[in-house]
Amino acid sequence: MTQMMAPLYAEGEVPRYARHIVLREIGGPGQARLKRASVLIVGAGGLGSPVLLYLAAAGVGRISVIDDDRVSESNLQRQVIHSQDRLGMAKVQSARIALAGINPHVAVEPIESRLDAAGAAGLVAGKDLVIDATDNLATRHLLNRACVAARKPLLSGAISQWEGQLTLYDPARGAPCLCCLFPQIPAEGLAPDCAAAGVMGALPGIIGATMAAEAIKELTGAGRSLRGRLLLHDALWGESREIAVMRNPACPVCGGTHGDSE
Amino acid sequence: MATLDILYFAWLRERIATPRETVDTAAQTVAELIQELSAQSERHAAAFADLASVRVALDQVLADIAAPLAGAREVAFFPPMTGG
Repeated sequence: MTQMMAPLYAEGEVPRYARHIVLREIGGPGQARLKRASVLIVGAGGLGSPVLLYLAAAGVGRISVIDDDRVSESNLQRQVIHSQDRLGMAKVQSARIALAGINPHVAVEPIESRLDAAGAAGLVAGKDLVIDATDNLATRHLLNRACVAARKPLLSGAISQWEGQLTLYDPARGAPCLCCLFPQIPAEGLAPDCAAAGVMGALPGIIGATMAAEAIKELTGAGRSLRGRLLLHDALWGESREIAVMRNPACPVCGGTHGDSE
Repeated sequence: MATLDILYFAWLRERIATPRETVDTAAQTVAELIQELSAQSERHAAAFADLASVRVALDQVLADIAAPLAGAREVAFFPPMTGG
């Protein structure tokens, strides 16, 4: 070594992570992994709100967030990262302000744009984890293709009215990709979005906070991941199910790509 | 005849208006079960009208619509959710 390594943490930063560091499954090494981690979060809406808030609070070092939407009044019933005084502001800028207020030691990269095929590869590159918190299946599939190509794990959550689902897509490590599990996009009108169908305000909190927990687990190596497991949660009837899901060897997205992987 | 617990998620539950029901059936495959269920009511028929994006799990393991029921106790139908 010809020069000193830059310190990992800013002066005075470590005490805020004390409750993580005492956890056996995270500890000092796990907290350092969070600090060194770089994640991409697609969507700063209902699911993105708790994911962003908890990952920034947890001390994830670098957080990129992409969304092209602006904060509107009908968002505030569930998108708790935004606020009345930021109505009309780009959601990624509103999120940046909220995150800076929670943890100024996180490097937040706000990207005010819609994810497209041309940009997805560049955004996914170099990330330790990609998080799908978007609101439409076309973008979900586009992001899935980029993650499969780059061999990145994709933590994906989705909600509808009173229900949510989440899993960790990762064909490079034995789990299915989105297209293995849901190869067909539903016909128009079958799966209405939140604006058309409504959504219970706390639901993205339940699913999004679970996504944040799974992200922390994945980045630190704690516990058992959601690879190969789809969680379905019905908040109206209090039903939860875990479905074992597997790769489709004939999947048009990942079928030939990772055939030799573990 | 076998007694099965049937679970519905997202728009299937929305259309059938219940999250679960118990049925007695002689169906041998998921596809036959769907035919029987669809004949039960207009709500069921509407829920199963477009199966292209619907997935099924037998005893909490992903399966194909063509799969044999083969002694399964629980059949769950779920589509992809979109919202975020």
